Amino acid sequence: MESDKKLIGRSELEKLFSQWQSQGTRILAPKKNNDTIDFALVTTLAEVSLDQVQTVQSAKTSVFPRVEELFSFTSRDGRVVIRERDRNALPATVLFGVRPCDAAAFAALKAIFTWDSPDDLFSARMEKMTVIAVSCARADAYCFCTSVGGGPGATAGSDMLLTETGPGEYLAEIVSEKGLMAVGETSGLRPCPANVNKEAHLAKLEPAFAREKVAPALARLFDDAAFWAEQSLRCLGCGACAYVCPTCACFDIQDEGGGSGQRLRCWDSCGFGLFTLHTSGHNPRPVQSQRWRQRLMHKFAYMPERQQVLGCVGCGRCSRACPVDMNILEHVRSITEAKP
Amino acid sequence: MSMAGIFKPYLMKIEHIIDETPDVKTMRLAFADEQEGRNFAFRTGQFGEYSVFGEGECTFCIASPPTRRGYIECTFRKMGRVTSSLAGLEPGETIGFRGPYGNIFPIHEWEKKNLLFIAGGIALPPMRSVIWNVLDLRDRYKDITIVYGARTVADLVYKRELTEWAGRADVKVITTVDPGGETEDWKGEIGFVPTVLDKAAPAIASRDTVAVVCGPPVMIKFTFPVLTKLGFKPEAIFTTLENRMKCGVGKCGRCNVGKYFVCKDGPVFTLAQLKDMPQEY
Ligand SMILES: Cc1cc2nc3c(=O)[nH]c(=O)nc-3n(C[C@H](O)[C@H](O)[C@H](O)COP(=O)(O)OP(=O)(O)OC[C@H]3O[C@@H](n4cnc5c(N)ncnc54)[C@H](O)[C@@H]3O)c2cc1C
Ligand code: SF4
Ligand code: SF4
Ligand code: FES
Repeated sequence: MESDKKLIGRSELEKLFSQWQSQGTRILAPKKNNDTIDFALVTTLAEVSLDQVQTVQSAKTSVFPRVEELFSFTSRDGRVVIRERDRNALPATVLFGVRPCDAAAFAALKAIFTWDSPDDLFSARMEKMTVIAVSCARADAYCFCTSVGGGPGATAGSDMLLTETGPGEYLAEIVSEKGLMAVGETSGLRPCPANVNKEAHLAKLEPAFAREKVAPALARLFDDAAFWAEQSLRCLGCGACAYVCPTCACFDIQDEGGGSGQRLRCWDSCGFGLFTLHTSGHNPRPVQSQRWRQRLMHKFAYMPERQQVLGCVGCGRCSRACPVDMNILEHVRSITEAKP
Repeated sequence: MSMAGIFKPYLMKIEHIIDETPDVKTMRLAFADEQEGRNFAFRTGQFGEYSVFGEGECTFCIASPPTRRGYIECTFRKMGRVTSSLAGLEPGETIGFRGPYGNIFPIHEWEKKNLLFIAGGIALPPMRSVIWNVLDLRDRYKDITIVYGARTVADLVYKRELTEWAGRADVKVITTVDPGGETEDWKGEIGFVPTVLDKAAPAIASRDTVAVVCGPPVMIKFTFPVLTKLGFKPEAIFTTLENRMKCGVGKCGRCNVGKYFVCKDGPVFTLAQLKDMPQEY
């Protein structure tokens, strides 16, 4: 649908929150907890924190939980009964206050989980979620959305995008049916006057590298072991980058609870040495430089080729979280600038 | 609404267990739900995720041929957590299976050709599926030769079938064990698979012949050059990769070799394809 532009005030937004509450929809939004701001369940707009550049964790838990039960089983005297998750019992969710980069990240997750053999548990969660993003008025040194096709006011992946155009006043762009449904019958949405200039309220962020140069440069550098060794010298293989990333979707499958238990899907990371290790001891990616290369190749070369979507939205979380200060923006830029 | 998720396994009843070697077993598995069993179809070369509930899943190929309906078989070596608990199960017990996954040996494209199967150690299971498949359709193929080696006589799997195949007039079987692995009454060859293959070469047609090679990485590494020397084209040499897997359906991110998913684009690859892929297997 064509995006529908309205103006909405904070008090009307507050009313929307109570409307969703009364419908039994859970609201996930950035919330301050001691010194960190992360996505948490909220009931009112007052609890929501919108001043930070980014939350520490991404919002991917909303559709790809850290640990998710795939099904449960009981096994007794050689007889096994499997109980599947009730897809209807998955919560209807409004994800409020994500940044445009995080909203865009759902396209990457969706590509991974549905490109082939669609994962219906993931899809059911996606279907039941409405994404209401808030544009960025500020960026920090780690942000690079404009280098990877996004932008501080981009609407991709959002059902509705809010841009603060004045104190307590938002431009609301309704971009999907779901966005329309989320607004419902609310009164208080005013037509947007023609003189509202969205751009003026957005962070300014120049692209830091040429996107189309990344995949060819990676292909060229693939076999340059010395280059990758230097790139990854500091990397500890701790996996923090993958855990905070809104598009990283690698997972493990584990059983828990013995004979009557659950089969679980848990986050994993290609940065871990055990990730590809065979029981025999053979490891196709035995050293960290190969694993760091895999991380970049996967996001910037393999996903665009196999799933027609970049695996990075430039949120900068991995760089902020890295204990040894690996800055992905610098790495990708140096890749595009490496001499052939 | 309760939909079947993609990770929900079929329940399989262990019908029969054969001890192949001290640490390798073959299990025949029947679908607990007969209707599911009738609807189930796979093609040779494919694999699955087998699970012991409460212990987890592990990846094995389907070792029986699709020409034998109503059951599947797997052959596995006791290695770690899941395979050890699987090895402790008895007939009548229930395990999980999801699949079939992955691509296939294109046996329809091999019709009217000679077939050369080369296998080492535990890697015979995927080979067994395709061997039985072509033997069940024997008149579509010309000469069939099987070269199989293991470290020691005790490590040879499928001993009954090797004897059965060797007894057929329409199959040529060469078995070998590594030097020192022979017993006093061993009648086969002694030597590494690539060497034995080289020695047997004059009797093996390389024109119009497809070679299938499955084995440990070192065996594969030294067998390819021998085949190339014999005149096999890279497109006519097939193998299977065994990258570690979890999901089997192109999502968990574990099995890839470059942009390829071994679980989706493989596990069957030709040498021509491998030459274009990074060394991540
Ligand atoms: C396509 C394919 C076909 C295979 N076919 C056979 C077969 O027919 N017979 C057989 O004996 N073995 C086969 N393997 C290897 C087999 O999957 C492992 O030996 C087995 O999973 C070890 O599991 P475990 O729980 O006992 O060991 P653990 O070390 O406890 O396993 C831990 C985890 O690592 C994974 N893993 C460990 N080693 C491997 C490996 N080499 N390859 C893949 N995943 C691994 C397992 O899935 C498991 O989840 C195959 C592997 C692949 C990828
Ligand atoms: S967070 Fe930094 S140190 Fe840890 S795995 Fe990622 S790049 Fe390496
Ligand atoms: S790779 Fe880093 S910058 Fe890119 S989406 Fe993931 S966390 Fe954000
Ligand atoms: S096994 Fe999960 S992607 Fe191939």
